Amino acid sequence: MNTTTQPLHKDKIVAQQRALQDPTWVRWSLIAITIAFISLFICLPLGLVIYQALSKGLQAYWAALSQPDTWSAIKLTLLVAVITVPLNTLFGVIAAWAITRFEFKGKSLLTTLIDLPFSVSPVISGFIFVLLFGAEGWFGKWLMEYDIKIIFAAPGIILATLFITFPFVARQLIPLMQEMGHQEEEAALSLGASGWKTFFSVTLPNIKWALLYGVLLCNARAMGEFGAVSVVSGHIRGMTNTLPLHVEVCYNDYDAIGAFASASILAALAIVTLVLKTGLEWKQAKR
Amino acid sequence: MKHNILKFVFAASLSILATGNSQATEVKLLNVSYDPTRELYQEYNPVFAKYWKEKTGDDVSVNQSHAGSGKQARSVLEGLEADVVTLALAYDVDQLYQKRKLIPENWQSSLPNNSAPYTSTIVFLVRKGNPKGIKDWNDIIKSGISIVTPNPKTSGGARWNFLAAWGYALKHNNNDENAAKTFITQLYKNAAVLDTGARGATTSFVEREIGDVLITWENEAYMVLKEFGADKFELVTPSLSILTEPPVAVVEDVARKHGTTEVATEYLKHLYSKEGQEIIGKNYYRPIDPEISAKYAKQFQSLQLFKIDEFGGWNAAQNKFFADDGVFDQIYAAGK
Repeated sequence: MNTTTQPLHKDKIVAQQRALQDPTWVRWSLIAITIAFISLFICLPLGLVIYQALSKGLQAYWAALSQPDTWSAIKLTLLVAVITVPLNTLFGVIAAWAITRFEFKGKSLLTTLIDLPFSVSPVISGFIFVLLFGAEGWFGKWLMEYDIKIIFAAPGIILATLFITFPFVARQLIPLMQEMGHQEEEAALSLGASGWKTFFSVTLPNIKWALLYGVLLCNARAMGEFGAVSVVSGHIRGMTNTLPLHVEVCYNDYDAIGAFASASILAALAIVTLVLKTGLEWKQAKR
Repeated sequence: MKHNILKFVFAASLSILATGNSQATEVKLLNVSYDPTRELYQEYNPVFAKYWKEKTGDDVSVNQSHAGSGKQARSVLEGLEADVVTLALAYDVDQLYQKRKLIPENWQSSLPNNSAPYTSTIVFLVRKGNPKGIKDWNDIIKSGISIVTPNPKTSGGARWNFLAAWGYALKHNNNDENAAKTFITQLYKNAAVLDTGARGATTSFVEREIGDVLITWENEAYMVLKEFGADKFELVTPSLSILTEPPVAVVEDVARKHGTTEVATEYLKHLYSKEGQEIIGKNYYRPIDPEISAKYAKQFQSLQLFKIDEFGGWNAAQNKFFADDGVFDQIYAAGK
C-alpha cells in the first residue's frame, strides 16, 4: 500500500508548492469566486428557507410543524429512508462486487442497466409502477383480489424510491473497486482467509469512504425525491404525502409558513446526515 | 387455541373499556377532489364529523386529496381508493362508470341538482387597478395580453374556461364555429403558462406574478382576494359566462368494500343541508338552496349564464373539444 501512496503524496506536495507560487491575486480571486458562489447558490437559498419559516415568529413555526399532517409526512419520509437506504446499500455492494470481481456474459449490459434510473425521468419511473401495480395495470386485478395496496400507499412510494436511488451506492463503488483490482483480496484468500473475512477486513476498509458517500447521496435522494413519488402517492393528506409533497401541498394551500417550515425540516435532515459524515471522517482521521 | 381465545377476550374487553359503553367506531373516508375545494372541505369535514357523531355516535375522519380534476379521476381509476369523489365536472366522474364501473350508470340522478351541491362560474382576476382595462372576453384576446389558465387536458376548471370563452365567441358571431375557433386560437396564443390544475394556475398568477389576467373559478378568485387582499387584485366578471356544476358521487364499489356506503352517502347529502349550504356560500361557491342562495346573492355579481347543455352535455363537449385531435389540439397546434 505504501508503495502506491508514496509517489502520489510527492505529486501532491509538488502541486501544492506550485499553487503557492501562483500570483496572490489569482489565489485570492479563486477563493473569492468559490466563496461567492457557495454563498449565492447554497447559503442564501438555505438561509431564505429558514428566514421565511420563521417570518411570523417561532410560535407560528412550531404551530406549523406540530400539525398532524406535517408529522405524518416526516414519519413517512423517515420510514421510506429507513427501508430504502439499507436495501440499496446491500444491493449496491452486491452489484459492485459482481461487476468488478466476476467475468460473465452481458456484464456491460448490466453496468448500463444500473444507470437506468439516473437517465430515466423520475415521472416515468413513477409511471412504471402505476402501469405495473395500478388497478388497470399488469398485476392490478390480482392485487385487488387479495386486497394488497401498493400504488397510492406506502409500498408504492417505497418501491419508487428504491428504483430511483438504486444507482447511488453501486455507482460510487464500481469505479473504485475496478481501480483497486483484486490483488489484495487474492493475497488474503491465498493466506487462508475465508470469503467473508476477506470482505470485512480487506475490501470493506478500502471502499468504506466511497460506500459512506454513496449511502449519503442515496439517503438524501430517498428523503428528497419528488417526481416519482408524486406519481404513485395519490396525495392523501396525512397519509401518503412525504415531506417534499407536503411542502407543495402547503404552498398551494397558501400556507407559506407551513411550506417553509417543512422545507426547513427537510434541510435539517440533510444537514444532520452531512454532520454525521463529517463526524465519522474526523473520528477516522484522528485514529 | 385456548390461549388465543383468552387473548381475544382480553383484547376485546380492553377495547370496550377504552371506548366506554357507546361502542363507537371510527370510520375513515377518503374524499378525492379537484384543486380549489381545499378550503371548502377543510371547513366542511369537521362540521360533518360533528353531525355524524350526534346522529350515530360514530366518529368519522375525512382524508382529502386535491389535484387537477382529470388527474384525480385517473388516479381513482388506477386504484386510489376514494369513498367519494367531488370533481370539477361530470365527464371526469362519468369516467369511473365508463372505464371501470365503479359507480352506477345513473350516478348523476342519485342526488339533487344533477348531483351538484354547489355551482360557480368562470371569471377573471386582474392586477389592482386593472391596468390592461380588461372587462370582457373580447379584451383578453387582444395582442399583448398575457393569460394564465390551466391545461384543459388535466384540469376541469380549464375545460370550463375554454367552454365559457367558446360560448361567448359563438354568441357574438352568430354561432359561427369558424369565428369561435379563431377567437379561441387567439386566446390560447396569449396563454403564458398552462398549469396542470386550477391552484397551480393561481399560484403562477398570484405568487410568481405571471400574466395580466387569470381565468378561473369565481370561488377561486374570491379566495385569492380574501387570502392576498383586495388591494392587490381585482375580480372582473364578464358579461357572459358558463354555469359550472361540479358534481359529487359515492364511489360505490370502493365504499362497499370499505363498508362506508352509508356514511359516504350522508357525507354528500349533508352538503345539501342548510348547514352545508352555509359553508358553501361562505367559501364563495354559489349555494343551490334558495334561502341560503338569497342570503349570499349580494356577494356575487350577476351575469348572463349558459349551461353545458348548450354543447349537448359533457360527453359530447369532451369528444368534440378535448379528446385527442379535438378542437383544443387543433387550435393549440395552430397557435404555436
